[in-house]
Amino acid sequence: MALSIVAAMSAYGANITLNGAGASFPAPVYQVWTYAYTQITPDVKVNYQSLGSGAGINQIKAGTIDFGGTDNPLTLEEQDEANLVQFPMLTGGVVLIVNLPELKNKELKLDQKTLSDIFLGNIKVWNDPSIAALNPEVKLSNTKITVVRRSDSSGTTFIFTDYLSKISPEWKEKVGTGASVAWPVGIGGQKNPGVCNNVSKIRGSIGYTEYTYAVEAKLKCVTLKNKAGKFVAPTPKTFSASAADADWENAKGYYMVLTDTEGENSWPITGITYILIKKDAPDKEKQQALYKYFNWCLTSGANSASKLNYVPLPMNLVEKVQNDVLK
Amino acid sequence: MSIIAEGACFRTHPLCVREKAMFATDNIFKTICLICAGLIGLLMIGFFVQLAFSSVGAWKEFGLAFLWSSEWDPVSEKFGALPSIVGTLLTTTIALVIALPLSFVSAFYLVDLPVAIGKILSQALDLLATIPSIIYGMWGLFILAPIMQNYVQPFMVDTLRLGDIPIIGRFLGEDYNGFGFFTAGLILSLMILPYICAIMRDIFAMTPPMLRESAYGVGCTKWETTKDIVVRYGIRGLLGGVFIGLGRALGETMAVLFVIGNMTQLPSALFDSGTTIAATLANNFPEAAGVQQSVLFALGLILLTMSFGIQVFAQWYLNTTSAKRGEER
Repeated sequence: MALSIVAAMSAYGANITLNGAGASFPAPVYQVWTYAYTQITPDVKVNYQSLGSGAGINQIKAGTIDFGGTDNPLTLEEQDEANLVQFPMLTGGVVLIVNLPELKNKELKLDQKTLSDIFLGNIKVWNDPSIAALNPEVKLSNTKITVVRRSDSSGTTFIFTDYLSKISPEWKEKVGTGASVAWPVGIGGQKNPGVCNNVSKIRGSIGYTEYTYAVEAKLKCVTLKNKAGKFVAPTPKTFSASAADADWENAKGYYMVLTDTEGENSWPITGITYILIKKDAPDKEKQQALYKYFNWCLTSGANSASKLNYVPLPMNLVEKVQNDVLK
Repeated sequence: MSIIAEGACFRTHPLCVREKAMFATDNIFKTICLICAGLIGLLMIGFFVQLAFSSVGAWKEFGLAFLWSSEWDPVSEKFGALPSIVGTLLTTTIALVIALPLSFVSAFYLVDLPVAIGKILSQALDLLATIPSIIYGMWGLFILAPIMQNYVQPFMVDTLRLGDIPIIGRFLGEDYNGFGFFTAGLILSLMILPYICAIMRDIFAMTPPMLRESAYGVGCTKWETTKDIVVRYGIRGLLGGVFIGLGRALGETMAVLFVIGNMTQLPSALFDSGTTIAATLANNFPEAAGVQQSVLFALGLILLTMSFGIQVFAQWYLNTTSAKRGEER
């Protein structure tokens, strides 16, 4: 029934509609892309609904959409089981945002221990000696720390908790990694904008969000100590340094988590966002249109992604994806 | 007419033919009404059946202990409903405690106002009731929460030193950030106030003037007239208004979601952050799969049962106490 409708629709003129849904982390770019692509290719219409990674995976598995977006990658086994193909689309950074007026234009530095202790609730005030030791040039008051995190389940949370699990055995044991977890402390905000908004409203709060949202909300980002022991600020440059550390040749099914990478200038909480498509779609015409669209995104679309502070994939990876998947 | 009434109806008589046609349309109308009314019942049962069916996984996994377990760990897939249930009841209670006296007093005032002012205020009240809940939510997030954090809560804790009074202090809590049960309850009370107030106003206006005037005539004060005549006359409607407000407060989602803080934990104080059933559903449903999805369906079933239970209780209470109030059955 559904198939016949789809067939009837594609037979009607050359109009093809590609429906996608999923991750909200790359949604700003996807929305720019869908608009730009419709302008240059009027007979192909692309929709992307920003519902969240979990929803993207559920919907593509259920077959209600043509492509799903997720920040929480599926392993090769999971892909095969659901008859899906996964490939990376963009790299972006998850950043820590704070509301501390006393910082003025100075930056706040945190290392692995203080960051995990804040989110575990072990450090409760900003002038805790361990934070003060890292920030001798800033005079921190005894403002209470309010942790803000995502209330909905989210790929951004997956990336962030994955990092916390890597740097803190206590976090790994007590909380773990997941799209939504049992947070020891903190109030929840709805999606990325909700977290930004709560942080900007509550004095002494700290939260995590995708970089673009932090830039748009003009919030102060925290400088973090990376695995190499260097303090790095979150910028597209440090994100791409981290992306360069990735060993894609040995990543089965493009399963890759880019947190806590080795590089000297790498931002420690970098995330990759993925696209999921059906392995063998019954509608070949549609599949070709889909491939054509993603080819365009990976090449011509890269520019608009950079403008929004995301990091496009490096050229060798784009070629690999084109040869592996989009042929 | 007289011919038909006497039963001497001829098929060819024009009046008789018309009557038959009328019977036919009557029957069609009756059938349509029956179907529509039946659909309401079917829908209600359908909701229960569907929720029960979809939540089987959760009940199998956790048993009835799901109702009083306070664990919520999506990573190890352990879930309990207690924090959400308690949160729902707590926000609803706060909302009613604030909204009831306010709406009672303002409704009473609206009825007795000079007509011109009363009309304007009544219109304003009806307009308030039409504001979508998302607007209340946005207002709560952008205006109310910062006011609570910067003015109200510091005033209550630091200026009035309410926190130092043994029992009340324990009840309020020391930590505050503008989000939490208190703020959510306050928003809810504003949302249900127009509903309750509008119904109360209509009920008060329905009291026959003769009854009121008789009361004044035998020397009753205004308060006595209200207490013994107006309230007693309209108690059914008044309680109906309360239950409509209660129903809305129980299931309200967006406005609460924005300000409650969304922490799945048992509340220990009014200023704590927490969650309600509706907020938990809205937060987790789009992404849920497997056990978590059936857990959310189970929460939905609990919420529906709560609302349903309250309606049934209200009806039962009104029926058993109707004799005491001297109502005719």
